[in-house]
Amino acid sequence: MAETGSVAPVVTLDTVTVMYGRNAALRDVTAAFAGGAVGLLGPNGAGKSTMIKSLLGFVAPDRGQMRVLGLDVARSPLEIRARVGYMPETDGHIPGMNAVSFVAYCGELAGLPRVDAMQRAHEVLFYVGLGEARYRNVETYSTGMKQRIKLAQALVHDPDLLFLDEPTNGMDPKGRDEMLDLVRDLAHNKGVNLILSSHLLPDVEYTCDDVVVMHKGRIATAGPIDALKQPRGRVYELRVKTPSGEIEPFIELLRARGLECHATDEDVMRVFVPGDGGARDLFALAAAERVQVRHLRPSVPTLEDVFANAVGEQ
Amino acid sequence: MPIHDQGYRRYGGDKAPRGQAWMVIARNGIRHMLGKRAFLGLLLLSWFPFFVRAVQIYAAANLPQAAFLAPTPETFRQFLDQQQIFVFFVTVYVGAGLIANDRRANALQIYLSKPLTRSEYVFGKLAILMTFLLIVTWLPAIVLLIVQLAFAGNFTFLRNNIFLFPAITVFAFIQVTLVATAMLALSSLSNSSRYVGILYSAVIFFTQAIYGVLFAVTRSTSFSWISFPANLAQIGDVIFRLPPKYETPWLVSLLVIAGVIAASGLVLERRVRGVEIVT
Repeated sequence: MAETGSVAPVVTLDTVTVMYGRNAALRDVTAAFAGGAVGLLGPNGAGKSTMIKSLLGFVAPDRGQMRVLGLDVARSPLEIRARVGYMPETDGHIPGMNAVSFVAYCGELAGLPRVDAMQRAHEVLFYVGLGEARYRNVETYSTGMKQRIKLAQALVHDPDLLFLDEPTNGMDPKGRDEMLDLVRDLAHNKGVNLILSSHLLPDVEYTCDDVVVMHKGRIATAGPIDALKQPRGRVYELRVKTPSGEIEPFIELLRARGLECHATDEDVMRVFVPGDGGARDLFALAAAERVQVRHLRPSVPTLEDVFANAVGEQ
Repeated sequence: MPIHDQGYRRYGGDKAPRGQAWMVIARNGIRHMLGKRAFLGLLLLSWFPFFVRAVQIYAAANLPQAAFLAPTPETFRQFLDQQQIFVFFVTVYVGAGLIANDRRANALQIYLSKPLTRSEYVFGKLAILMTFLLIVTWLPAIVLLIVQLAFAGNFTFLRNNIFLFPAITVFAFIQVTLVATAMLALSSLSNSSRYVGILYSAVIFFTQAIYGVLFAVTRSTSFSWISFPANLAQIGDVIFRLPPKYETPWLVSLLVIAGVIAASGLVLERRVRGVEIVT
């Protein structure tokens, strides 16, 4: 079972399969999401949004069982939705409302008394940075503001677990940083468990402690980010010049010798050297092939390396 | 350390028991519509026939030379018939955007991520439209009955026509339920309220036109079951103990109405979902 962290899981999936017609969006997924901040990482079409929609009860799985906060998704969807907040990937709002009415309305729908819902709507809007714009009609908001208000409506009823589906989509760099700071603050200072679905590695690396990597409807790898990044060898940035001018044969040779290698720039590659040999092995291979090493710099393993390894990206 | 941190705080208060979200939806929708001046104007206009009828009842009760205006059970049936034009406008004005606007704004995923069922959502939306339609039909008809009692100063009319209160109530509710469910189903089919309004008008007028053509060809009213308004009229006549206008058996008209309501329910069941899956 793919498992994150050592804390009791807030979400578990047991051999879950979701089919859209003949296409499997999730294939026998078995995973456990720990409390705190967990990133759900994967390229577009990996099945991240489908997993979240299944956990919310929007999509019924063809096979398998899911539990959220200890409750069975098939049997207690309403109890679960009362305790979770969902920030959808696509724009979504109630037409014809200003921000404070919209968020308060969402609070009331989640069961808050009217007065409390209104009070929390104001608080949450200030928290997400929309305090000054809270009386504006949501339809006049910019993309970044719409992202923030989606977060506000997901937070207003004080959920125990937040599902954030691509929360930084369409945001400018400053807005993106602010959104990530909010997400990080929620998880690390406010005690809200969250699952952040994203295809952006830096977003997950900045905000989350654990990660579940998905690829083609399956779990590729899962665990605490720090543990996954622990080197079981060494990573180098490498630039070479070959006698023929082609570097592909050299890359193939490295791979044939068990070194993981993927290009990061035009002529720079990241090479993972397992074992203790390190740079010495690289120099020896280069010398044997009469390849000049023009640049060699030790590097720190990143989540990108974990992701590339997990999904087998070349 | 700040005196008051204006950040995110956990909520420690109570939450309402589940099953009340439809009331939140209905209350919000009603408040939203009442905030529109044009709609308030339409509502006021829809009560104009009531005032005319009230004057008629007053005159019949107080002026001997106007005794021929005295109300009969048919008066109330005619009144509800007259209100149909307002039923149409209110249905289009209120109902066309009820789900279509939510679909346009991707609001269904927001609604259904909260602790409410799809049925609660639909019921909340239905309640908005039904409330306004009852304000246009049932409420003025019942108030008219009370006005009759007040001006007559006795219960004779009511005693002689004891079926009137249930008749008004049953007919108004059948009419309102039919119209509201049909409009809500149409509203769930599109993202454009304008298109839904046109579609609804087309359904009403097209079915009536087809019946008109068939009547012109066959000179028989036995095809009245094709027409939306004709089915309602047929049921209305039976409920008010009046001779039916059409040859279609009232049971057939009732079945058609029940079929339309059931079909609307089916459409809503398929269209109101948190996520739309295209395979």
